[in-house]
This record gives sequence, C-alpha cells and structure tokens, in this order.
Amino acid sequence: MEFTRRGAMALGAGLAAALMLPAQALRAAADDKIAEFTGGAAMGEGGITLTTPEIAENGNTVPIEVSAPGAVEILVLASANPTPDVARVSFGPLAGAQRLSTRIRLGGTQDVIAIAKMADGSFQRAANTVKVTIGGCGG
Amino acid sequence: MAEGVKPRVKAPKTAAAGETVVIKTLISHQMESGQRKDSDGTPIPRSIINRFSVAFNGQNVIDVALAPAISTNPYFEFEAVIPEAGDMVFTWYDDDGSVYEDVKSIAIG
Repeated sequence: MEFTRRGAMALGAGLAAALMLPAQALRAAADDKIAEFTGGAAMGEGGITLTTPEIAENGNTVPIEVSAPGAVEILVLASANPTPDVARVSFGPLAGAQRLSTRIRLGGTQDVIAIAKMADGSFQRAANTVKVTIGGCGG
Repeated sequence: MAEGVKPRVKAPKTAAAGETVVIKTLISHQMESGQRKDSDGTPIPRSIINRFSVAFNGQNVIDVALAPAISTNPYFEFEAVIPEAGDMVFTWYDDDGSVYEDVKSIAIG
C-alpha cells in the first residue's frame, strides 16, 4: 500500500475521531450522574473542598478527602472511569463535621468531581485533576 | 461470603459530652470491581461492599454508598459528635448479602 498525503490525513482524522468517542461518552455519563443528583440546578463553587494528590503513582489507591461544612449529602465522581460513580455520602445528625477521607481507584489521568448538596437545597461543586501513572481498573 | 473479611475500627474509648471525635475504619475486602479479567479472558464478577453506615445510640452519623471505584480494603475517616455515653455501631453491607458489624462503646470521661 502506498501512503499518500491525503490518505494519511484521512487515516489520522479517523483515528482521532475513534479515540475521542469513548472519552465523550464517558464525560456524558458523568454529566448524567450530576444532573440526576442536582436535578439540573446551578452549582456554586467554594463551599466544598476536595483534596486530592496532584500525581498518583498508583491508580489503585488514591487518597482523597471531601469536606463541605453544612452539607447533607456529597456525591463523588471520577469522570473517566469505566463507571463514573465513586461514592455518595449522607451525613446524619451526629456527624461532627461534613468531612470524609477515603481511598479510591482511578483508571487514568482525569478529573475527580465532588458535589455537595447543602441543607438549604443549593449545590456546591469542586473538581481536581489527578495525574495517574499506573491505572487502577485492571484490564 | 467473601473470605477474610475483618473490620477494624479506631475510636476513642472516652470523650467529653458533646465533643467531636475522629473515627477511622478499615475493612479487609477484595472489592472486586467487575472490570478485571482472569487469565482466560473471562470477566471476574463484581463483588464489593456497597454500603457502609454508622449509627451512635440509633442516631445516624454517616451513610456511604460505595461504587466499584472504592479501593481494596475500604478505608474511611470521618468525625462524629458524642452527646452521651453509648455504643457506636458500624455496619458494612456486602454485594452477596452478608452484613459485617462492629460495635465500639464510648464512655463520657
């Protein structure tokens, strides 16, 4: 087979499109989860703190912490995991602070998103990018 | 039932009334995500703990819905208010229907 400039361009464009498709589908899945949680309400920023490492060497166990004073419920999503759900935390009357630390799996470099539902019904959002050296979803 | 499941909880034995204490929990569990394949290429079925809840004298402290993206040996650190002496009950719910429970008594002192 002879490589022409035109052929190579078409091939490149096709490859790029094929690679983009799953990424877009995954992002849509995360957006769906957010819409389901918030009911499409607007989200503020600043009322929630999400602490993640900048670089995680091992995607199998990435320590994260979410804290949102006054929240009743917090949803944590990993935007590019095979399924975006990570955890959904609800705080009862005896929660000392609306804070939770845990360890999560990340399949690759991606945004971790946390959304807090406040007692007054408003929503607060925070997102951090975590660079993952070795993904943690097996394969 | 998943094998070798052992809950561990670190909580103070005593607290002042109304004090906020930090609780740390860890449960050994493989948390099989359902994404992995064995050497023959067949997917390994999902087997995780899907819910974790904590109550103190019957009042809810925290309730977490877990997804496969929680690491092996799920670890949680959170804060609880201790209004009076009593028992803190930690409950983990497995996909296969098993329920693992641990109780810590906290005294006022």
